[in-house]
Amino acid sequence: MAAETRPKRPFRWHIGIFLAPAVLVYTAIMILPLAGTLQLSLFRNIEQHQVFVGLQNFRTLFGDPNWSVNFWNALRNNVWFFIIHMLVQNPIGVLLAALLSSPRLRFSAFYRTAIFVPTILSFVIVGFAWKLILSPLWGVAPHMLDLVGLKSLFTPWLGKEEYALTALSLISVWQFVGIPMMLIYAALLSIPDEVLEAAECDGITGMSQFWKIKLPLILPSIGIISILTFVGNFNAFDLIYTAQGALAGPNYSTDILGTFLYRAFFGFQLQVGDPNMGAAIATMMFLIILGGVCVYLFLVQTRLRRYQF
Amino acid sequence: MSIATRSLPRTIGAHAILLTYTAIALFPVILVIMNSFKSRAGIFGAPLTPPTPKTFDLIGYTTVIGQGDFIHYFQNSLVVTVASLFFVLLFGAMAAFALSEYRFRGNTLMGLYLALGIMIPIRLGTVAILQLMVASGLVNTLTALILVYTAQGLPLAVFILSEFMKQVSDDLKNAGRIDGLSEYTIFFRLVLPLVRPSMATVAVFTMIPIWNDLWFPLILAPSEETKTVTLGAQLFLGQFVTNWNAILAALSLAIMPVLILYVIFSRQLIRGITSGAVK
Repeated sequence: MAAETRPKRPFRWHIGIFLAPAVLVYTAIMILPLAGTLQLSLFRNIEQHQVFVGLQNFRTLFGDPNWSVNFWNALRNNVWFFIIHMLVQNPIGVLLAALLSSPRLRFSAFYRTAIFVPTILSFVIVGFAWKLILSPLWGVAPHMLDLVGLKSLFTPWLGKEEYALTALSLISVWQFVGIPMMLIYAALLSIPDEVLEAAECDGITGMSQFWKIKLPLILPSIGIISILTFVGNFNAFDLIYTAQGALAGPNYSTDILGTFLYRAFFGFQLQVGDPNMGAAIATMMFLIILGGVCVYLFLVQTRLRRYQF
Repeated sequence: MSIATRSLPRTIGAHAILLTYTAIALFPVILVIMNSFKSRAGIFGAPLTPPTPKTFDLIGYTTVIGQGDFIHYFQNSLVVTVASLFFVLLFGAMAAFALSEYRFRGNTLMGLYLALGIMIPIRLGTVAILQLMVASGLVNTLTALILVYTAQGLPLAVFILSEFMKQVSDDLKNAGRIDGLSEYTIFFRLVLPLVRPSMATVAVFTMIPIWNDLWFPLILAPSEETKTVTLGAQLFLGQFVTNWNAILAALSLAIMPVLILYVIFSRQLIRGITSGAVK
């Protein structure tokens, strides 16, 4: 890592050339429009003019019960959505990757390909397909439960306030489990054989080899996956929108920050869209996500050890 | 690997878990495709059985094909996805190399600046992006979508690729420098082939959100000419809420091309992942 022995050169053009295309596209299409939107949250449209109002929009968001009740509800739901992903999606992903990476496993290409299939499907397909499957009208879900004698457990999960959010979270887990699986799988494959052979010489095999040797080596990948999940979940919108509509029914029980933002931004039914309030919610989402990422960067990542082989 | 690590119960256990999960992953897809070939009575009477001569019916497909131009939508999606992916991987790898290889003033700052885009969804800037595209006359063109998706994919690609590029041995690069290779040659000939497996991984999950995006096609390119397959399917599904034959057929038509493409592409992908990892 300590490679600062190079003699001083006038200017290293190649660094600029390597960076330029990415930085230019990224700044023009992403950062400037985002900055424009954040700026909107400090303004208010008064008689067709954008007037600077400071933090007035945020005072409305937290002070006006019409807004604050919805905001806290969406935030709570979003946290639950994230918890389910962390507890279900990532452990399953690690387990599948660990099984797949065991040497000379037959059909592993088939498993890998098959398990990744839901991830390539769009929210439109996933949302609709699961809506049909869980629909009491079609009766596939009760029929399946009947086969194992659990028909009494069936309720229209997506239609019940207490189950809808969990059901949707699990659908989302079903869709995205392929991503942690692939990342961990690639990390596991990149562990050199010498390390594993050395472990075997010391009598560490099987499960204890996974816990003592492989897991510490893939921890940086697990860290990346956790933060990707966090960011993805707090930006989520599409699945809820396709399955439950912009109103995130029943009775807002599946409302997350993404759908709340959408309704504020573009309006729904009787409420008129309000770009400034939307921008204020977007700013709050930005701050929440920023907080999570800072925790990862400064508390988690700096403590992870990295190995160079 | 020695024989000591192999044992029959463990192998059977592994296969049992993987098979169970494979079944869970594929069941909804198979169910939808299977039922799309059935008559209405077949769909509701026996949803779990494959179509029999008695229940076989293509009414759903004839309805869908009579309505929308799915092949054209598919072409649009393909052009947008492939072009965006190419730019994301090329620009992303270049920037990741600059950040992970060189020490220069503002390196950390630049890394944080680029990583900012991972946490902020580009959607939050939609209004300003739309204004930008209107001003530059790019509304209802595929170029607009390619630009947006390139910007959207770059941060994650840079972040992940620089994680992997840090693992490329310094000795190898320095050996190249001693042999008189330019920095560009070192990047394209030495480093890029070594990070190919991670490039493949990045490619897969840069591609998926682009292919599946509904938001930007709807806002930036909703015209008949530039509709992507996701937007086409969404509009179609909205129209035929109660026609189960048509819905299942439309879902199948949206699934099948992706599935075929994926099966072809996944061989390359898996070969890329495994060949690069063998050191």
